[in-house]
Amino acid sequence: MSLKPRTLLPAGSQAPNFSLRDGPDSYASLSDYADSVVVLLFYTADFHSVCIRQLVVFNEALPEFHRLGAQVLGVSQDAIWSHIAFSNHFNMHFPLLSDYHPRGKVASAYGVPVTDGESARAAFIIDTNQQIIWSHLSPPGIALAPGLPLTALEKLLR
Amino acid sequence: MKTVARLVAPVDSRDHIRGPKDAPVTIVEYGDFECAYSGQAHYALQRLSTDMPMFRLVYRHFPLTQIRPNALAAALAAEAAAAQGAFWEMHDLLFEHQDSLEPESLIAYAQVLGLDVEQFIVDLTSDASAANVREDFVSGLRSGVNGTPTFYINSERYDGSDEYDALKAAIEEAAKSRTRNVTKAKNIITRGESGAQF
Repeated sequence: MSLKPRTLLPAGSQAPNFSLRDGPDSYASLSDYADSVVVLLFYTADFHSVCIRQLVVFNEALPEFHRLGAQVLGVSQDAIWSHIAFSNHFNMHFPLLSDYHPRGKVASAYGVPVTDGESARAAFIIDTNQQIIWSHLSPPGIALAPGLPLTALEKLLR
Repeated sequence: MKTVARLVAPVDSRDHIRGPKDAPVTIVEYGDFECAYSGQAHYALQRLSTDMPMFRLVYRHFPLTQIRPNALAAALAAEAAAAQGAFWEMHDLLFEHQDSLEPESLIAYAQVLGLDVEQFIVDLTSDASAANVREDFVSGLRSGVNGTPTFYINSERYDGSDEYDALKAAIEEAAKSRTRNVTKAKNIITRGESGAQF
């Protein structure tokens, strides 16, 4: 990767592929989800109060995403062990990927601002051609509402 | 870029509303009876309603069922109480007893409130109550609820702190802004003052 994009990759961009740990012995790639629309959700950190607030609502809204044929993938720079603890504690039903090594590489590839090894809150909708069809960056300190990608999905899939 | 989330479902006759009808400020809360933050906000709002009676409160359900085992049942209990005209009495009891929201407790609260308990149980498990809770949840999602509780002050999502002082300032600001808009509208009507080109 030569140049880091400074802003969020916009709709129309090719979604950078990735291979990130999603479990102690497993990796998840964007291409593993080639059959469905993917909502790629970058968040700051497991156990961050604003992220807890946000992710538990995404978890609750998960059936709404599934109804629209979309899979939700969370990404932060936490180690997989933190993801496991977080996921168990909050009964999370979607995969949390670890953008841990090299730290923030995938966030940067998508143009998500990274500060002190933690990314901003952002969401991308990626279609089955691995094209980004929608992206959104949440203002600092504000939990990203699942209604944003949900409403966008409804419009895009209509 | 500032994105403002707005309430997409206007307050209507199905809503649970507390406070003066003509209040200049309407707070719509999407809450969860088992959520500690919703519980803290309940006490702040109660104090505010006595200290500054210029707002009315609308409560809508947003139970986080995946992390709180009794959140949905508590929401249904409030709907069942509403069927007997006791929504707010049940709402207060639930927030005051967040640690005891299991089914036996919910029934005990119906007894405490003097409700018809048989009917309460029927309503708690009715499709109508479930539909009401579901409708609130969906309207919350569409309005940009991003956690519990989420507040809308005069239809605009409030992203500030849920503590007394912050909420008080936000309500005062909304009341002022509302007064300015009403004055402007009155001037336009009475004196034809308008910058708009028709």
